[in-house]
Amino acid sequence: MSTTASTRTVGVDIQESEANRSVVEAIEATNDGCTVQHMPGLVRITAPGRLVVTRESVEERLGREWETHEFQLAIVSYFGHIKEWDDDEIVIAWDH
Amino acid sequence: MTIAPKAPRKLTMKQRYEALTRDLDWEPSYVDRSDVFPHTEFEGIKIHDWSKWEDPFRLTVDSYTKYQAEKDKRLYAVLDGFAQSQGHLSLTEASYLNAMKLFLQGVTPLEYQAHRNFAYLARHLDGPGPRFAALCQSIDEMRHTQTEIHTLSNYNKYYGGFHNYLEQHDRVWYLSVPKSFFDDALSAGPFEFLIAIGFSFEYLLTNLLFVPFMSGASFNGDLPTMTFGFSAQSDESRHMTLGLEAIKFLLEQDEANVPIVQAWIDKWFWRGYRVTALVAQMLDYMLPRKVMSWKEAFELYFEEQMLGGLFQDLAFYGIRPPMHVDDAIAEKEILSHQVYWTLYQFSHAAAFTTTVPDADAQKWLSENYTETFDQLYKPLWDKEAKNIEAGGRHFARGLPQLCQVCQVPMLFTEPGDPTTLCQRESVYNGEKFQTCSDGCQWIFEREPEKYVQAWLPVHQIYQGNCGGPTVPDVLTWYGIQDGDGGEYKGSVDDRNWQKWHDAADHSNIGSEG
Repeated sequence: MSTTASTRTVGVDIQESEANRSVVEAIEATNDGCTVQHMPGLVRITAPGRLVVTRESVEERLGREWETHEFQLAIVSYFGHIKEWDDDEIVIAWDH
Repeated sequence: MTIAPKAPRKLTMKQRYEALTRDLDWEPSYVDRSDVFPHTEFEGIKIHDWSKWEDPFRLTVDSYTKYQAEKDKRLYAVLDGFAQSQGHLSLTEASYLNAMKLFLQGVTPLEYQAHRNFAYLARHLDGPGPRFAALCQSIDEMRHTQTEIHTLSNYNKYYGGFHNYLEQHDRVWYLSVPKSFFDDALSAGPFEFLIAIGFSFEYLLTNLLFVPFMSGASFNGDLPTMTFGFSAQSDESRHMTLGLEAIKFLLEQDEANVPIVQAWIDKWFWRGYRVTALVAQMLDYMLPRKVMSWKEAFELYFEEQMLGGLFQDLAFYGIRPPMHVDDAIAEKEILSHQVYWTLYQFSHAAAFTTTVPDADAQKWLSENYTETFDQLYKPLWDKEAKNIEAGGRHFARGLPQLCQVCQVPMLFTEPGDPTTLCQRESVYNGEKFQTCSDGCQWIFEREPEKYVQAWLPVHQIYQGNCGGPTVPDVLTWYGIQDGDGGEYKGSVDDRNWQKWHDAADHSNIGSEG
């Protein structure tokens, strides 16, 4: 069942809350082909190969400044590897 | 909430991380480096360049404390609201709290032990990046210990089983399963600990441990537990990252590290998996309102995400899936049933209660375990229902043989044969030792000199070290009081629950015995 890093599923679980709705919407809008699943208290977003959260798209929906560190308050779990986490974006993908 | 800084940032996240975390390190000039960091060579791991360690979170002290404080504020707001509104009465049933008793007795003390060992790593790892990540995790684990105790202390006012969890963790038979697991990791070297806890536990198995408890809380009206769970899990995602960074770092530093790391994965997957046996029965039997079956959770969080995702990634380094993983997969249909059936018969000596699953619960079990429940386990409950009708709910009167490694009673069955108990015997220095499975036997025979020292609760009772020779003597030594354990139906918790929900006058709630 060998798969490649570019297609293998990655995902993130986010706490379902009022404040996180904008984050979830931003991720949906940024990642084509992602799947959003609602679980008890959680929203699970999965995508083939790569999942990106951008500051710009969250701020657009939130209507205020948002620093990517704030994502720590939303994230419950993830699978994949955090490849990048800087001022502008967070990228979850596999390495190999 | 105003979290985003008002003033424009002078440094980017990367620069701040470099300046405030990495740059605070210095090269010792008065003493040898090996005298400053004396513990990172004896395990045979070779590190050539500590600066290659990555921390994707790029944490600095100021950002760490800011967000952790915000997490705590949110949690304590929920705790206050729950306590002020008599939230405990909105649980599905008092029996739900058995899951939380098990959590407080079995898991919370491990958080404290994790705090201790990550503090040790924060001192003893050579690189400033991993030292700081370990320091943050050490403080996180202390926060988890405290928030779990605070959260569950609300229930201690009204329900049994919560009042002596710390002493019980050190003494009671089923709690020696999680305790001995963690003691095994604490007594390993720093790199093995990182693979044991940072990687195998936090990355491989954490979702199987935490998400079921938290989703169970969410489905059963336990808002505070759900909130502390998510609050803790948000740290957990950082811990998972540390675990994953640790393993990639070790594998990339030197090829000679690969076989050492592989053996640790083989060992710690099985050690951790055996601890999740307690989670399996909790999911399938202890929750009045079911969330998902153990089988489903195992398929999603382990088979799909770890075997289908992570291990594909690690194959690049020459790492294969853990040894004995096929036994774990094969057990998913039978594990929870075998464990709960055992706990059911021994709960007179536990700080939680058990009961026969009712008709609805059995229907759910039958639908979720189509290959095994009706065939193998329903007959046991049918037989017990007849016993109860005849006035004889039974408890096991003897003491079970425990596995020398995982310390679970010998309740597991032979691979492929769910009606034959599995028992493996090894001889070391002329003495016989029993293990529950090929996985545990392999672990024992790899390091017999370690596992022959195990503090096995049943052996200790027979040796006279647990308060005395009778069951009441041992229960007194465990600090187990009337109403903490045994049968749920008719228990103190059950009677109070009925009374509190039937009575118009609620002014005395919590003052009953």
